Amino acid sequence: MFVVIAIFIGVASLIGGYIAIHHEDLSVAIIASGLVSLFASIIFLLLAAPDVAMTEAAIGSGLTTLIFFYVLNKIRQRND
Amino acid sequence: MIKKWIILGILAGMGLIFFDLFSAFRGNETLGKTADYYARHGAEEVGASNIVTAIVVTYRGFDTLGEVTILFLTAAIISFVLKIRQEDILPNRPIRITSELLDSASQVIVPVIFMVGIYIFVNGHLTPGGGFPGGAVIASGVLLMILSNPNFSVSHKVIAWVESISGVGFVLLGVMGILFAGGFLDNRVLGLGDFGKLFSAGIIPFIYSFIGLKVGAELSNILGAISHAQNEKN
Amino acid sequence: MEYIAISTGFALMLLGLWGILSQKNLIKIVLGFTIFDTGINIVMVSIGYVKGKAAPILDVINASEAANKIVDPVPQALVLTAIVIGLGVTALMLVYVLKLHREKNSLDINSFKDLKW
Repeated sequence: MFVVIAIFIGVASLIGGYIAIHHEDLSVAIIASGLVSLFASIIFLLLAAPDVAMTEAAIGSGLTTLIFFYVLNKIRQRND
Repeated sequence: MIKKWIILGILAGMGLIFFDLFSAFRGNETLGKTADYYARHGAEEVGASNIVTAIVVTYRGFDTLGEVTILFLTAAIISFVLKIRQEDILPNRPIRITSELLDSASQVIVPVIFMVGIYIFVNGHLTPGGGFPGGAVIASGVLLMILSNPNFSVSHKVIAWVESISGVGFVLLGVMGILFAGGFLDNRVLGLGDFGKLFSAGIIPFIYSFIGLKVGAELSNILGAISHAQNEKN
Repeated sequence: MEYIAISTGFALMLLGLWGILSQKNLIKIVLGFTIFDTGINIVMVSIGYVKGKAAPILDVINASEAANKIVDPVPQALVLTAIVIGLGVTALMLVYVLKLHREKNSLDINSFKDLKW
């Protein structure tokens, strides 16, 4: 059962990574990279590493995404 | 065109290296020597039920001190690079007013988020978690405050005090290890106490609280600097 | 389980490297770095995984038989600090992107040719 979940999460994170690299809309790409971090935190949980999973969920998908959006917002504000 | 082939070549080389590493990977059936030592002696030597905490704070505490220093350096460089002169600040930036829902919900939720963060790092030696996730949770509470009130600015005075007190406290507790126990950052200064209780494992709860406060203050400082940079002219 | 995790990690590393090398947009390059980072962390944690063992927290596991029942805690401790450093490095790169954009008013990496010869 865990193996099926792990395969599903792994494929989903790879798709998220592909979207993050290749989508031309930057907001979509940033959200997709936050999604990769979220899936990675589930993989850490399946690998019996709850400490790492908590840290990755709080930092990787929370704070990093928001910092990207702040920078993107400032750049868009300049271009207007 | 030639650029594309170079990129493909680099990727193929890295893929070959990774495939080699992957095909040599057999998975583990037992622990390695170092990990075996930590698992056998961690509970009696350090007294923390979370072995990861025992390694981060005591066995490799010096690494953690260096890591916190690196984080402090990045926060300081970010504040330095994003410094805005007084005449470059936009006097009245058009601000979208936050909705009533976010505004009143954040007043209720932010104290709870801070409490969860403090709970995570105080119990770092008993449950999963510790200073780093706890500090990140506190920083996300600060982020919610910034998002709900765009004019909110992170107070530099508070950040500087929290950061210097926790940094000095971390090093002082480490030096107390030299004076009263086996060496720098040795946790047996206070006695190990009952295994599995909140006040056990020597000075680990105090050191991890200092680390949590320091990480929270540094991440909040980064967030505050980047959100303050939105006010810059161009 | 560990095979799936380690192959996911290697694939994410390759994906991130491809993004770093092939993209022109500076923010896309930083995104490539974060994906590379996540891949390295997954690989490191999965190297420490031991088949069928529990997390290294001794609440229900007895301390005397811990060595036979837990996974390797050392890579987890390393990755714990590496994630926090990763956030700091990403924030630093993004701040430099902001500064570079102010100089040239462009995010394209081909417009920064001042030191090119």
